[in-house]
Amino acid sequence: MHEGKEARLVLENGDEFRGFSFGAGHSTSGEAVFSTGMVGYPESLTDPSYKGQILVLTYPLIGNYGVPAKNIENSLDTNFESDKIQVQALIVSDYSFEYSHWNAKKSLAEWLKEENIPAIYGIDTRKLTKTLREKGAMLGKIIFDEENVGFYDPNAFDVVKEVSIKEPIVYNERPNQEKVVVVDCGVKNNIIRNLIKRNLTVIRVSYDYDFLADFFDGLIISNGPGDPKMCKKTIYNVGRALKHNIPTFGICLGNQILALAAGGDTYKLKYGHRSQNQPCTLVNTKRCFITTQNHGFAVDMKSLSDEWQEFFVNANDGTNEGIKHKTKPFMSVQFHPEATPGPVDTEFLFDEFVKMLK
Amino acid sequence: MIQKPKKVLVLGSGSLKIGQAGEFDYSGSQCLKALREEGIGTVLINPNIATIQTSEGMADKIYFLPVTPYFVEKVIEKEKVDGIMLSFGGQTALNCGVELHDAGVFEKHDVKVLGTQIDAIKNTEDRELFVKKLNEINVKTPESEAVASVGQAIEVAKKLEYPVMLRVAYALGGQGSGVALNEEELAAKAKRALAYSSQVLIEKYLGGWKEIEYEVVRDAYDNCITVCNMENFDPMGIHTGESIVVAPSQTLTNSEYHKLRDISIRVIRHLGIVGECNIQYALDPYSEDYMVIEVNARLSRSSALASKATGYPLAFIAAKLAIGYSLTELENAITKATKSCFEPALDYIVVKIPRWDLQKFKHVSFEIGSEMKSVGEVMAIGRKFEEVIQKAIRMLNINLHGLVGNNLKFDDIKKELRMPTDKRLLAIVEAVRRGISVDEIYELTKIDKWFLYKIRNVVETEKGLLNCNIGNVPINLIKLAKQQGFSDFQIARLLFKEDGNNMGEKLLQARNLRKKHKITPCVKQIDTLAAEYPAKTNYLYLTYNGEEDDIEFKAKNNVIVLGSGAYRIGSSVEFDWCCVNAVFTLKKLGYSAIMINYNPETVSTDYDVCDRLYFDELSLERVLDIYEKENPLGVIISMGGQIPNNLAMRLDRQDVKIFGTSPLSIDNAENRHKFSTMLDSLGVEQPQWASGAAMGVAANKKELEQYLRKAAEVSKEHPVVISKFITNAKEIEIDAVAQNGDLVIYAVSEHIENAGVHSGDATMVLPPQYTYLETIRRIKEITKSIAKSLKITGPFNIQLIAKDNNIKVIECNLRASRSFPFVSKVTKHNFIDMATKAMLGMDIKGKYNTLDLDYVGVKAPQFSFSRLQGADPVLSVEMASTGEVACLGSDVNEAFLKSLLSVGFVIPKSNVLLSTGPIKSKADLLESVKKLAEMGYNLYATEGTAKFLEENNVKTNILHWPLDKKEPSTLTYLQERKIDLVINIPKSLEEEELTNDYLIRRKAVDFNIPLLTNAQIAKLFVESIYKKKIEELEVKSWGEY
Repeated sequence: MHEGKEARLVLENGDEFRGFSFGAGHSTSGEAVFSTGMVGYPESLTDPSYKGQILVLTYPLIGNYGVPAKNIENSLDTNFESDKIQVQALIVSDYSFEYSHWNAKKSLAEWLKEENIPAIYGIDTRKLTKTLREKGAMLGKIIFDEENVGFYDPNAFDVVKEVSIKEPIVYNERPNQEKVVVVDCGVKNNIIRNLIKRNLTVIRVSYDYDFLADFFDGLIISNGPGDPKMCKKTIYNVGRALKHNIPTFGICLGNQILALAAGGDTYKLKYGHRSQNQPCTLVNTKRCFITTQNHGFAVDMKSLSDEWQEFFVNANDGTNEGIKHKTKPFMSVQFHPEATPGPVDTEFLFDEFVKMLK
Repeated sequence: MIQKPKKVLVLGSGSLKIGQAGEFDYSGSQCLKALREEGIGTVLINPNIATIQTSEGMADKIYFLPVTPYFVEKVIEKEKVDGIMLSFGGQTALNCGVELHDAGVFEKHDVKVLGTQIDAIKNTEDRELFVKKLNEINVKTPESEAVASVGQAIEVAKKLEYPVMLRVAYALGGQGSGVALNEEELAAKAKRALAYSSQVLIEKYLGGWKEIEYEVVRDAYDNCITVCNMENFDPMGIHTGESIVVAPSQTLTNSEYHKLRDISIRVIRHLGIVGECNIQYALDPYSEDYMVIEVNARLSRSSALASKATGYPLAFIAAKLAIGYSLTELENAITKATKSCFEPALDYIVVKIPRWDLQKFKHVSFEIGSEMKSVGEVMAIGRKFEEVIQKAIRMLNINLHGLVGNNLKFDDIKKELRMPTDKRLLAIVEAVRRGISVDEIYELTKIDKWFLYKIRNVVETEKGLLNCNIGNVPINLIKLAKQQGFSDFQIARLLFKEDGNNMGEKLLQARNLRKKHKITPCVKQIDTLAAEYPAKTNYLYLTYNGEEDDIEFKAKNNVIVLGSGAYRIGSSVEFDWCCVNAVFTLKKLGYSAIMINYNPETVSTDYDVCDRLYFDELSLERVLDIYEKENPLGVIISMGGQIPNNLAMRLDRQDVKIFGTSPLSIDNAENRHKFSTMLDSLGVEQPQWASGAAMGVAANKKELEQYLRKAAEVSKEHPVVISKFITNAKEIEIDAVAQNGDLVIYAVSEHIENAGVHSGDATMVLPPQYTYLETIRRIKEITKSIAKSLKITGPFNIQLIAKDNNIKVIECNLRASRSFPFVSKVTKHNFIDMATKAMLGMDIKGKYNTLDLDYVGVKAPQFSFSRLQGADPVLSVEMASTGEVACLGSDVNEAFLKSLLSVGFVIPKSNVLLSTGPIKSKADLLESVKKLAEMGYNLYATEGTAKFLEENNVKTNILHWPLDKKEPSTLTYLQERKIDLVINIPKSLEEEELTNDYLIRRKAVDFNIPLLTNAQIAKLFVESIYKKKIEELEVKSWGEY
């Protein structure tokens, strides 16, 4: 029998969930959020958007195919979305101690321990998810023995600063091809991979970098964690870029930053979107795309001037899923066209971005 | 606005057979519902009278006619439909549609094919076109070539190198397919396959690769989603219908999952499918290399499974898309808040296991492979693999208690692993127990190690329990065991180390122990969104991997209906019809109907049929769990056949309120001694005893010994009943409903075959045409006295034999029988509705006419011998049919012919082979043979038959017996398909002639030649074709009778 040390998750409303440890053995805290995706835990765990969060996976069987080895191509890891596990902690129902996959190098538990990330299994994750759904994402802490820790709210901090790079990095530098700046608010590797794949030189800069001083053809505002309004500097820089008519593509947090830079507003959703099955309709058509999402805030379409139009809308709850300028080359989406994890149906948006550069 | 059709014809799938079973009742029913709520007129053709879709109120017009181009065209002409649905009736409907299209029938009558168009269907069904189409978008298919002859096949195989896989175009359930290791095997398989289809595909064999499926939905606006993916536990080489399957996939990474998903969408768009389809892949277990194996451009067994696995109503949505809706316009029926254009997120795992019934057949191999042999399936839902696999094994209802806790013996364990049979899963358990490593088991089976590790976990828990007893077992171990799906019975058996008869009491001790420690299951919802949004769903399962119920238990007027479990020989869609009708009646009367069932092929497991659906086990333990939570008014156990019926006494002992006839009476009817004593006291005659699960007629001592051995394996407690067999008697059945011991309604049906053929395999006629009125009157009297004596309230069925007005009762079942839908639909009195009302205490007294009808109904069995290589296609007291049909006609000949055509019989063109058995049946059939000669048939006969006929002035050509190895031989004529009908009446029981007869029968089946093996059926058949031509068969809907 595999039985880890007992551990419990305590939510800020006092609810407690008891399970067993399969990761690092120390107490920790963060914002508890769930994701309903059924595959892709190595990708999710390394997604910087989860910075500061305790991730609850609703799919009950986790760890089945282990964890792949690091594999660097073009200075990027092909198997992960960033260079480390980003979540504060992981909560699952049934952890598979034995894994099986040709691509696996270690078990999920080994990886979590290596990276010093606590994890609990044996939790009724459906009950937990229902609690988080109804009460909104909540602060929580994982407690071992009686080693208590205080609650920690990542939304009250500049978490983007923690996940963003410090110094610019250039990828795929080649003569005679367009250059794009990626403002790294916690960018996922696959955004950069998608740009490289389309023969672009990528200059990855920190979230507060003043990129207008450089020469480049287009701008990507990346995904990232937390409340968009915390990214004041990024919003300010993007606002200036818009004045220069620089082709701009925002993704997830980038959608919210673009809206704020354009004078709009954002708000916190009652039910955040954290799954790989969100239907998004291309406005004014019957075309609908299945997308990966991971966000708790949304753009208030009404707050934008009539120079802007809604690009995509969520087919389930009608919330904004993207905006587009009516005349200028600015667009953004709330979902993740780069997927990983999730469906690749909207990858074509990177092609649209490339067209905007011409 | 979309342009909706006005009147749509839906083609059903006909009788249940191996490879095409109850799932199409589910898909057809959903299709009809989707059309009717749009106000579109509906016409249905389906001779399967036991289905829900052919029930009142499901379609505007229902035709119990064969799903063949001839009859479908007649209905199109008559009904003037403007649209047709081809994808809801399995391969039968699809093939029929393609033929009608090619014959220009749709164009001629201006009928629009709705949903996927014929071109797209052909691109998926024709292997050569399919490969070409996929090449156009650089999607990989296994290296293969289509061939039309054995010679070509051998040539191609040389190029590809052995082993090769042989597949058949337009075939069902992998029929005729198989792996060939060498030229000899290939030649034999190709020859047989070419008898069914003009095209055979020789393909590189991918044995050992993972087998993965996606269910894909696309609308006419090019929105395309995958609703569910599934992974086969058994790797490539075993047909997916024969495989254990899990959903969602368990061993695929994000990259693999989405690579295959993306290819699915590209392929389905490129093929232009509108509606639902299924795509199957082989995936290399050592890289991301893949091959597309096939696309089914229609609802399928997998789509029914995917629907039940996810809660996404695939068939319903497919029908809406076919009439022009887009996915974004349709609501998610489970959440009522979100849209249908999404991909369900599961927060549980499901597993499907096939149910085989191979022991029912003579000479059949137990190995499983690329051809389907299973007759049904079960699905279990839970939150751990260990949990679902153990639940599913119990659901099979084959006397297994889970992965462990069984009494099974394996001699050559490694052979069991290498050469899969229906018992391989249990062989893996035994291998783990014997210490064979997971790596070695993987090498022998190619089953992904992840699954094997999970099985090992269960064996480890077994070990833990074996080391304890009820007094010292750690509570954590009990909890772990329950989370891994151990039943109370398994735990009790391992703790008490007993397999005696008092396990019933021991399991209650185990139950009480865990309840004392508050180890109880909780109820979870299936909501398609993993709790991301609130959902009002009534689709439920129980698990020990959770600590909170998703629902509240407030309703005061609950009634639980126990379903029928896995389809198997002897119990299939007819019991689902009974359960669903009971639910309908309950709802009509204002009760809250709770259904418990676990068969994904059924309509009863459609969550919108009942008020609450528990997709879970029909065991004492699970029914009690649900009963304790729901606190219902009572339980209805008489609708789902033998599984719920067998729970009667045990539920009663736990003070569960049972509606209808008291469990004590049920026991009195089931127990031979008690029943016999009662009949004696009523003055009702009985044969000197019959019945049992392993039935047979033993003509000599050796056969008797064989049967006794077999029977002892079936039941330890009541191994065998031996009775005098009465030859040349008539068998009669009565289906009835009584209330407080008073007979209220009854229907008498007679068998065409003499007694000795299992009632499930018999051809039944209602109202009786050949039975004396005196006999019928006496049967009614007997029925009344039995109803009174057993104080019956509810449905029941009595089987009797009659010889010269001398009547004997064979058995009595105090539950709905297989023939309830047949008698309800033929007499137009819903016996189940009445029975349900009676059980709830409503007065149903009245006068009901079931005898004096202006038409005749004939129910005929469907056999699946062609899919069971080697099985002897002969009727006996052991049931062998997998399904049935029933048709109506102005007389018995018309109804009989329609029924025969419905089960795939073809009216012979010119050549008939006769070998008419013992002298009595030779004489019996003489008149019929003369009629055949008169109609101009060329008659061929085996020696004895030829001689007899010559003596009676009928000229025949002699064909030699197979074992004579002399030309002209019967076998050669059959192989060359020079024979259009075989009448082979089994002769004596002498070994050699049995073999001769067997070889003829088997050859006929293998080469798809109509075969009659019963003298009474043969006589009626000849009489019918003598009297009626196909053009004279009336095309009348049910309502017109």
